[in-house]
Amino acid sequence: MESTQAPFLYPEYKSTIFRSPTQPLMIVKDHLKDLTLPVFGESHIQKFDNDLTKNAQINGEPIGERIKVFGKLMDENGRGIPNALIEIWQANSAGRYIHKAEIHDAPLDPNFLGAGRLLTDNQGLYQFYTIKPGAYPWGNHFNAWRPNHIHFSIMGHQIEHRLITQMYFPGDPLFEYDPIYQSVPQHARHLMVSKFSIDKTDPEFALAYEFNIVLNGKLKSNFE
Amino acid sequence: METFNQTPSQTVGPFFAYSLTAKQYGYNYNSIITDSLVNDSIEGERIFITGKIFDGENKVIPDAIIELVQYFESENQDVTSKIARVGTGTSEDGSFIFTTVKPKPIKGQAPFISVVIMMRGSLHHLHTRIYFADETEKNKEDLLLNSIPEDRRNSLIANRLQKNNQIFYEFNIRMQGENETIFFKI
Ligand SMILES: [Fe+2]
Repeated sequence: MESTQAPFLYPEYKSTIFRSPTQPLMIVKDHLKDLTLPVFGESHIQKFDNDLTKNAQINGEPIGERIKVFGKLMDENGRGIPNALIEIWQANSAGRYIHKAEIHDAPLDPNFLGAGRLLTDNQGLYQFYTIKPGAYPWGNHFNAWRPNHIHFSIMGHQIEHRLITQMYFPGDPLFEYDPIYQSVPQHARHLMVSKFSIDKTDPEFALAYEFNIVLNGKLKSNFE
Repeated sequence: METFNQTPSQTVGPFFAYSLTAKQYGYNYNSIITDSLVNDSIEGERIFITGKIFDGENKVIPDAIIELVQYFESENQDVTSKIARVGTGTSEDGSFIFTTVKPKPIKGQAPFISVVIMMRGSLHHLHTRIYFADETEKNKEDLLLNSIPEDRRNSLIANRLQKNNQIFYEFNIRMQGENETIFFKI
Protein backbone atom coordinates (compact mmCIF):
# COMPACT_ATOMS: atom_id res chain seq x y z
CA MET A 1 0.00 0.00 0.00
CA GLU A 2 1.20 3.50 -0.87
CA SER A 3 2.53 5.48 2.09
CA THR A 4 0.21 8.10 3.51
CA GLN A 5 3.07 9.87 5.28
CA ALA A 6 4.99 13.06 4.54
CA PRO A 7 8.74 12.89 3.88
CA PHE A 8 11.08 14.11 6.63
CA LEU A 9 12.52 16.84 4.45
CA TYR A 10 9.93 19.02 2.78
CA PRO A 11 11.81 22.20 1.81
CA GLU A 12 8.64 24.28 1.25
CA TYR A 13 8.18 23.91 5.02
CA LYS A 14 11.43 25.68 5.77
CA SER A 15 12.07 24.47 9.30
CA THR A 16 12.41 20.91 8.03
CA ILE A 17 15.67 21.83 6.29
CA PHE A 18 17.85 21.79 9.41
CA ARG A 19 15.60 19.72 11.64
CA SER A 20 15.01 16.52 9.71
CA PRO A 21 17.25 13.46 9.83
CA THR A 22 19.41 12.98 6.73
CA GLN A 23 20.18 9.30 7.36
CA PRO A 24 17.59 6.58 6.79
CA LEU A 25 15.79 5.40 9.91
CA MET A 26 17.10 2.17 11.34
CA ILE A 27 14.69 -0.73 11.26
CA VAL A 28 14.27 -2.38 14.65
CA LYS A 29 13.39 -6.06 14.85
CA ASP A 30 9.97 -6.76 16.25
CA HIS A 31 11.09 -8.65 19.32
CA LEU A 32 13.32 -5.75 20.36
CA LYS A 33 10.63 -3.12 20.05
CA ASP A 34 7.85 -5.16 21.58
CA LEU A 35 7.28 -2.60 24.29
CA THR A 36 4.23 -1.17 25.91
CA LEU A 37 3.32 2.37 26.85
CA PRO A 38 1.89 3.23 30.26
CA VAL A 39 -1.83 2.93 30.83
CA PHE A 40 -3.79 6.01 31.79
CA GLY A 41 -7.04 5.87 33.71
CA GLU A 42 -10.04 8.00 34.53
CA SER A 43 -8.17 9.34 37.56
CA HIS A 44 -5.93 11.28 35.16
CA ILE A 45 -8.85 13.07 33.57
CA GLN A 46 -10.66 16.03 35.13
CA LYS A 47 -14.35 16.78 34.70
CA PHE A 48 -14.05 19.34 31.87
CA ASP A 49 -10.89 18.08 30.19
CA ASN A 50 -13.01 17.01 27.21
CA ASP A 51 -14.86 20.32 27.01
CA LEU A 52 -12.63 23.23 26.01
CA THR A 53 -15.64 25.56 26.09
CA LYS A 54 -15.82 24.99 29.85
CA ASN A 55 -12.37 24.08 31.15
CA ALA A 56 -11.00 27.62 31.33
CA GLN A 57 -14.02 29.78 32.02
CA ILE A 58 -13.33 32.79 34.23
CA ASN A 59 -16.20 35.20 33.75
CA GLY A 60 -18.28 33.77 30.95
CA GLU A 61 -18.35 31.58 27.88
CA PRO A 62 -15.55 31.65 25.31
CA ILE A 63 -16.32 33.55 22.11
CA GLY A 64 -16.71 31.68 18.84
CA GLU A 65 -18.50 28.84 17.14
CA ARG A 66 -19.07 25.93 19.50
CA ILE A 67 -18.35 22.56 17.85
CA LYS A 68 -18.26 18.88 18.74
CA VAL A 69 -15.41 16.72 17.44
CA PHE A 70 -15.88 12.95 17.55
CA GLY A 71 -14.49 9.82 15.96
CA LYS A 72 -12.93 6.42 16.35
CA LEU A 73 -9.31 5.63 17.11
CA MET A 74 -8.39 2.37 15.40
CA ASP A 75 -5.64 0.10 14.18
CA GLU A 76 -5.04 -0.67 10.50
CA ASN A 77 -7.70 -3.38 10.61
CA GLY A 78 -10.28 -0.94 11.88
CA ARG A 79 -10.35 -2.36 15.39
CA GLY A 80 -11.03 0.33 17.98
CA ILE A 81 -8.19 1.16 20.38
CA PRO A 82 -9.72 1.54 23.82
CA ASN A 83 -8.42 3.64 26.71
CA ALA A 84 -5.86 5.58 24.66
CA LEU A 85 -4.80 9.05 25.74
CA ILE A 86 -5.68 11.87 23.32
CA GLU A 87 -4.29 15.31 24.11
CA ILE A 88 -5.45 18.32 22.11
CA TRP A 89 -4.47 21.96 21.70
CA GLN A 90 -5.52 24.74 19.37
CA ALA A 91 -5.84 28.47 18.72
CA ASN A 92 -8.93 30.36 19.85
CA SER A 93 -11.64 31.54 17.46
CA ALA A 94 -9.56 34.60 16.56
CA GLY A 95 -6.59 32.45 15.55
CA ARG A 96 -4.57 33.27 18.66
CA TYR A 97 -2.68 30.71 20.74
CA ILE A 98 -2.25 31.35 24.45
CA HIS A 99 1.37 30.21 24.10
CA LYS A 100 3.82 32.86 25.32
CA ALA A 101 5.92 32.73 22.16
CA GLU A 102 2.89 33.53 20.00
CA ILE A 103 2.94 37.12 18.72
CA HIS A 104 0.02 37.17 16.26
CA ASP A 105 -1.93 40.38 16.81
CA ALA A 106 -5.32 38.82 17.54
CA PRO A 107 -7.15 38.91 20.86
CA LEU A 108 -6.79 36.32 23.59
CA ASP A 109 -10.03 35.04 25.06
CA PRO A 110 -10.01 35.18 28.88
CA ASN A 111 -12.38 32.20 28.94
CA PHE A 112 -10.52 29.93 26.57
CA LEU A 113 -7.28 28.03 27.06
CA GLY A 114 -7.38 25.71 24.06
CA ALA A 115 -6.02 22.60 25.77
CA GLY A 116 -7.77 19.38 26.70
CA ARG A 117 -7.38 15.63 27.02
CA LEU A 118 -9.49 12.49 27.08
CA LEU A 119 -9.38 8.71 26.96
CA THR A 120 -11.03 6.70 24.20
CA ASP A 121 -13.86 4.47 25.43
CA ASN A 122 -13.92 0.66 25.27
CA GLN A 123 -14.78 0.80 21.52
CA GLY A 124 -12.04 3.32 20.74
CA LEU A 125 -14.56 6.15 20.40
CA TYR A 126 -13.94 9.69 21.59
CA GLN A 127 -15.69 13.05 21.64
CA PHE A 128 -14.98 16.56 22.87
CA TYR A 129 -16.48 20.02 22.66
CA THR A 130 -14.49 23.09 21.71
CA ILE A 131 -14.59 26.42 19.88
CA LYS A 132 -13.75 26.29 16.18
CA PRO A 133 -10.16 27.56 15.88
CA GLY A 134 -9.34 30.51 13.62
CA ALA A 135 -6.65 30.67 10.95
CA TYR A 136 -3.37 32.35 11.90
CA PRO A 137 -0.35 33.76 10.07
CA TRP A 138 3.15 32.33 10.44
CA GLY A 139 6.61 33.20 9.24
CA ASN A 140 7.36 30.42 6.78
CA HIS A 141 7.03 32.66 3.70
CA PHE A 142 5.36 35.93 2.70
CA ASN A 143 1.65 35.94 3.55
CA ALA A 144 1.74 32.42 5.04
CA TRP A 145 -1.40 31.34 6.93
CA ARG A 146 -2.25 28.07 8.61
CA PRO A 147 -5.66 26.56 7.80
CA ASN A 148 -7.94 26.11 10.80
CA HIS A 149 -6.73 23.07 12.71
CA ILE A 150 -6.71 21.25 16.02
CA HIS A 151 -3.49 19.54 17.19
CA PHE A 152 -3.75 15.95 18.39
CA SER A 153 -1.25 13.85 20.36
CA ILE A 154 -2.30 10.22 20.63
CA MET A 155 -0.80 7.57 22.85
CA GLY A 156 -2.02 4.01 22.55
CA HIS A 157 -0.62 1.01 24.40
CA GLN A 158 2.29 0.00 22.16
CA ILE A 159 5.29 2.06 21.22
CA GLU A 160 4.16 2.17 17.56
CA HIS A 161 0.77 3.49 18.63
CA ARG A 162 1.98 7.05 18.95
CA LEU A 163 0.81 9.77 16.60
CA ILE A 164 1.08 13.54 16.50
CA THR A 165 -1.18 15.08 13.90
CA GLN A 166 -3.47 17.96 13.05
CA MET A 167 -7.17 17.80 12.23
CA TYR A 168 -8.44 20.17 9.55
CA PHE A 169 -11.91 21.34 8.55
CA PRO A 170 -13.57 20.52 5.21
CA GLY A 171 -13.17 22.89 2.30
CA ASP A 172 -10.57 25.21 3.82
CA PRO A 173 -9.33 27.64 1.13
CA LEU A 174 -5.88 27.70 2.76
CA PHE A 175 -5.09 24.02 2.07
CA GLU A 176 -3.46 24.75 -1.27
CA TYR A 177 -1.14 27.37 0.27
CA ASP A 178 -0.08 25.49 3.42
CA PRO A 179 3.17 23.51 3.14
CA ILE A 180 2.49 21.57 6.35
CA TYR A 181 -0.76 20.22 4.90
CA GLN A 182 0.81 19.85 1.45
CA SER A 183 3.78 17.86 2.80
CA VAL A 184 1.49 14.81 2.92
CA PRO A 185 1.07 12.88 -0.37
CA GLN A 186 -1.95 14.19 -2.23
CA HIS A 187 -3.90 10.93 -2.07
CA ALA A 188 -3.69 10.91 1.73
CA ARG A 189 -4.46 14.54 2.62
CA HIS A 190 -8.17 13.87 3.02
CA LEU A 191 -7.29 11.57 5.95
CA MET A 192 -6.45 14.71 7.99
CA VAL A 193 -9.68 16.51 7.13
CA SER A 194 -12.68 16.03 9.41
CA LYS A 195 -16.14 15.48 7.94
CA PHE A 196 -19.14 17.57 8.86
CA SER A 197 -21.91 15.40 10.33
CA ILE A 198 -25.49 16.66 10.43
CA ASP A 199 -26.51 13.44 12.24
CA LYS A 200 -24.21 14.03 15.18
CA THR A 201 -24.80 17.80 15.26
CA ASP A 202 -26.45 18.83 18.54
CA PRO A 203 -29.61 20.74 17.51
CA GLU A 204 -29.47 24.36 18.61
CA PHE A 205 -26.09 23.79 20.26
CA ALA A 206 -23.04 22.67 18.25
CA LEU A 207 -22.05 21.53 14.75
CA ALA A 208 -20.33 18.12 14.73
CA TYR A 209 -17.17 17.10 12.89
CA GLU A 210 -16.05 13.48 12.56
CA PHE A 211 -12.35 12.67 12.66
CA ASN A 212 -11.38 9.01 12.58
CA ILE A 213 -7.76 8.22 13.38
CA VAL A 214 -5.84 5.17 12.19
CA LEU A 215 -2.60 4.32 13.97
CA ASN A 216 0.43 2.50 12.63
CA GLY A 217 0.31 -1.29 12.87
CA LYS A 218 -2.09 -3.74 14.37
CA LEU A 219 -3.42 -4.01 17.85
CA LYS A 220 -1.63 -6.77 19.78
CA SER A 221 -3.86 -9.58 20.93
CA ASN A 222 -3.78 -8.78 24.65
CA PHE A 223 -5.78 -5.63 23.93
CA GLU A 224 -8.44 -7.36 21.83
CA MET B 1 -9.63 -8.14 6.28
CA GLU B 2 -10.10 -4.53 5.18
CA THR B 3 -7.08 -2.33 5.76
CA PHE B 4 -7.46 1.28 6.76
CA ASN B 5 -5.03 3.99 5.71
CA GLN B 6 -2.82 5.31 8.47
CA THR B 7 -3.56 8.90 9.44
CA PRO B 8 -0.69 11.14 8.29
CA SER B 9 1.64 12.55 10.91
CA GLN B 10 1.97 16.34 11.22
CA THR B 11 4.37 18.50 13.17
CA VAL B 12 3.77 19.17 16.86
CA GLY B 13 4.37 22.84 15.98
CA PRO B 14 5.77 25.52 18.29
CA PHE B 15 2.71 26.02 20.51
CA PHE B 16 2.25 22.71 22.33
CA ALA B 17 3.41 23.79 25.77
CA TYR B 18 0.14 24.88 27.41
CA SER B 19 -1.30 21.44 26.71
CA LEU B 20 1.51 18.88 26.71
CA THR B 21 3.84 20.48 29.28
CA ALA B 22 1.60 23.05 30.97
CA LYS B 23 3.06 22.76 34.45
CA GLN B 24 6.69 23.03 33.33
CA TYR B 25 5.94 26.18 31.31
CA GLY B 26 3.73 27.75 33.99
CA TYR B 27 0.36 27.59 32.26
CA ASN B 28 -2.85 27.34 34.21
CA TYR B 29 -3.53 23.69 33.33
CA ASN B 30 -2.48 20.50 35.07
CA SER B 31 0.03 17.99 33.70
CA ILE B 32 -0.45 14.25 33.94
CA ILE B 33 3.01 13.57 32.52
CA THR B 34 5.92 15.28 34.28
CA ASP B 35 9.72 15.40 34.15
CA SER B 36 10.05 12.39 36.45
CA LEU B 37 10.01 8.66 35.65
CA VAL B 38 9.89 7.68 39.30
CA ASN B 39 7.53 8.11 42.19
CA ASP B 40 8.03 7.48 45.89
CA SER B 41 7.29 3.77 45.51
CA ILE B 42 10.32 3.26 43.27
CA GLU B 43 13.51 2.71 45.21
CA GLY B 44 17.01 3.43 44.12
CA GLU B 45 19.45 6.26 43.73
CA ARG B 46 18.08 9.15 41.70
CA ILE B 47 19.88 10.04 38.50
CA PHE B 48 19.32 12.90 36.09
CA ILE B 49 19.20 12.58 32.32
CA THR B 50 20.20 15.82 30.69
CA GLY B 51 21.19 17.10 27.26
CA LYS B 52 20.39 19.36 24.35
CA ILE B 53 19.05 18.92 20.84
CA PHE B 54 21.08 20.39 18.00
CA ASP B 55 19.87 21.24 14.51
CA GLY B 56 21.81 20.91 11.25
CA GLU B 57 23.51 24.26 11.85
CA ASN B 58 24.62 23.09 15.28
CA LYS B 59 22.20 25.46 17.00
CA VAL B 60 20.43 24.35 20.16
CA ILE B 61 16.72 23.73 19.52
CA PRO B 62 14.68 25.61 22.15
CA ASP B 63 11.17 24.49 21.14
CA ALA B 64 11.35 20.71 21.05
CA ILE B 65 9.63 18.25 23.33
CA ILE B 66 11.10 14.98 24.53
CA GLU B 67 9.44 11.98 26.06
CA LEU B 68 11.23 9.19 27.87
CA VAL B 69 9.69 5.78 28.43
CA GLN B 70 11.33 3.50 30.97
CA TYR B 71 10.51 -0.13 31.74
CA PHE B 72 10.37 -1.70 35.16
CA GLU B 73 10.35 -5.45 35.68
CA SER B 74 8.64 -6.83 38.76
CA GLU B 75 9.74 -9.97 40.62
CA ASN B 76 7.30 -12.09 38.59
CA GLN B 77 8.76 -10.60 35.40
CA ASP B 78 5.81 -8.38 34.53
CA VAL B 79 7.11 -5.37 32.67
CA THR B 80 5.43 -2.04 33.27
CA SER B 81 6.38 1.31 31.81
CA LYS B 82 6.48 4.90 32.93
CA ILE B 83 6.60 8.01 30.79
CA ALA B 84 8.04 11.47 31.39
CA ARG B 85 7.99 14.56 29.20
CA VAL B 86 9.99 17.80 29.05
CA GLY B 87 10.07 20.73 26.63
CA THR B 88 13.37 22.44 25.86
CA GLY B 89 11.95 25.95 26.22
CA THR B 90 12.27 26.72 29.93
CA SER B 91 16.00 26.48 30.64
CA GLU B 92 18.33 29.28 29.61
CA ASP B 93 20.57 27.06 27.51
CA GLY B 94 17.85 24.93 25.92
CA SER B 95 18.77 21.81 27.88
CA PHE B 96 16.31 19.24 29.17
CA ILE B 97 16.53 17.41 32.46
CA PHE B 98 14.67 14.33 33.70
CA THR B 99 14.74 12.52 37.03
CA THR B 100 14.78 8.74 37.24
CA VAL B 101 16.68 5.72 38.51
CA LYS B 102 19.16 3.81 36.44
CA PRO B 103 17.16 1.23 34.44
CA LYS B 104 17.76 -2.49 34.95
CA PRO B 105 18.14 -4.80 31.99
CA ILE B 106 14.87 -6.27 30.71
CA LYS B 107 14.34 -9.10 28.21
CA GLY B 108 18.06 -9.69 27.90
CA GLN B 109 18.79 -6.22 26.55
CA ALA B 110 21.32 -3.75 27.92
CA PRO B 111 19.69 -1.13 30.18
CA PHE B 112 18.03 1.56 28.07
CA ILE B 113 15.37 4.24 28.06
CA SER B 114 13.17 4.84 25.00
CA VAL B 115 13.09 8.38 23.64
CA VAL B 116 10.54 10.18 21.49
CA ILE B 117 11.42 13.60 20.05
CA MET B 118 8.99 16.10 18.55
CA MET B 119 9.48 19.63 17.32
CA ARG B 120 8.44 22.38 14.95
CA GLY B 121 10.11 21.52 11.65
CA SER B 122 9.77 17.78 12.15
CA LEU B 123 6.77 16.31 10.38
CA HIS B 124 7.16 13.09 12.38
CA HIS B 125 7.97 12.19 15.94
CA LEU B 126 11.30 10.40 16.12
CA HIS B 127 12.31 7.35 18.15
CA THR B 128 15.70 6.69 19.64
CA ARG B 129 17.16 5.12 22.79
CA ILE B 130 19.49 6.08 25.60
CA TYR B 131 22.09 3.50 26.64
CA PHE B 132 24.55 4.03 29.47
CA ALA B 133 28.30 4.45 29.04
CA ASP B 134 29.07 2.65 32.31
CA GLU B 135 27.34 -0.54 31.12
CA THR B 136 30.21 -1.51 28.83
CA GLU B 137 29.78 -5.28 29.16
CA LYS B 138 26.02 -5.37 28.62
CA ASN B 139 26.24 -2.83 25.80
CA LYS B 140 28.79 -5.05 24.07
CA GLU B 141 26.31 -7.94 24.01
CA ASP B 142 23.22 -5.94 23.15
CA LEU B 143 21.54 -7.07 19.92
CA LEU B 144 20.17 -3.68 18.99
CA LEU B 145 23.41 -1.80 19.64
CA ASN B 146 25.31 -4.42 17.70
CA SER B 147 23.06 -4.00 14.70
CA ILE B 148 24.11 -0.34 14.44
CA PRO B 149 27.26 0.52 12.46
CA GLU B 150 30.04 1.00 15.00
CA ASP B 151 30.79 4.59 14.08
CA ARG B 152 27.21 5.63 14.86
CA ARG B 153 26.64 3.56 18.00
CA ASN B 154 28.03 6.30 20.23
CA SER B 155 25.13 8.58 19.36
CA LEU B 156 22.99 6.42 21.69
CA ILE B 157 25.35 6.27 24.65
CA ALA B 158 24.88 8.70 27.54
CA ASN B 159 28.01 9.68 29.44
CA ARG B 160 28.07 9.64 33.19
CA LEU B 161 28.99 12.86 34.99
CA GLN B 162 29.11 13.60 38.67
CA LYS B 163 28.28 17.10 39.92
CA ASN B 164 27.78 18.06 43.59
CA ASN B 165 27.33 14.41 44.54
CA GLN B 166 24.57 13.97 41.98
CA ILE B 167 24.73 11.63 39.03
CA PHE B 168 23.96 12.98 35.58
CA TYR B 169 23.89 11.14 32.30
CA GLU B 170 24.42 13.44 29.37
CA PHE B 171 22.54 12.56 26.20
CA ASN B 172 22.74 15.05 23.33
CA ILE B 173 20.60 14.62 20.25
CA ARG B 174 21.85 15.73 16.84
CA MET B 175 19.26 16.00 14.09
CA GLN B 176 21.84 16.14 11.32
CA GLY B 177 25.55 16.20 10.63
CA GLU B 178 28.55 14.08 11.34
CA ASN B 179 27.25 12.69 14.62
CA GLU B 180 23.61 12.49 13.62
CA THR B 181 21.65 10.52 16.20
CA ILE B 182 20.36 7.14 15.11
CA PHE B 183 16.59 7.24 14.80
CA PHE B 184 14.50 4.08 14.61
CA LYS B 185 11.71 3.04 12.34
CA ILE B 186 9.07 1.71 14.70
FE1 LIG C 1 -1.15 25.14 15.13
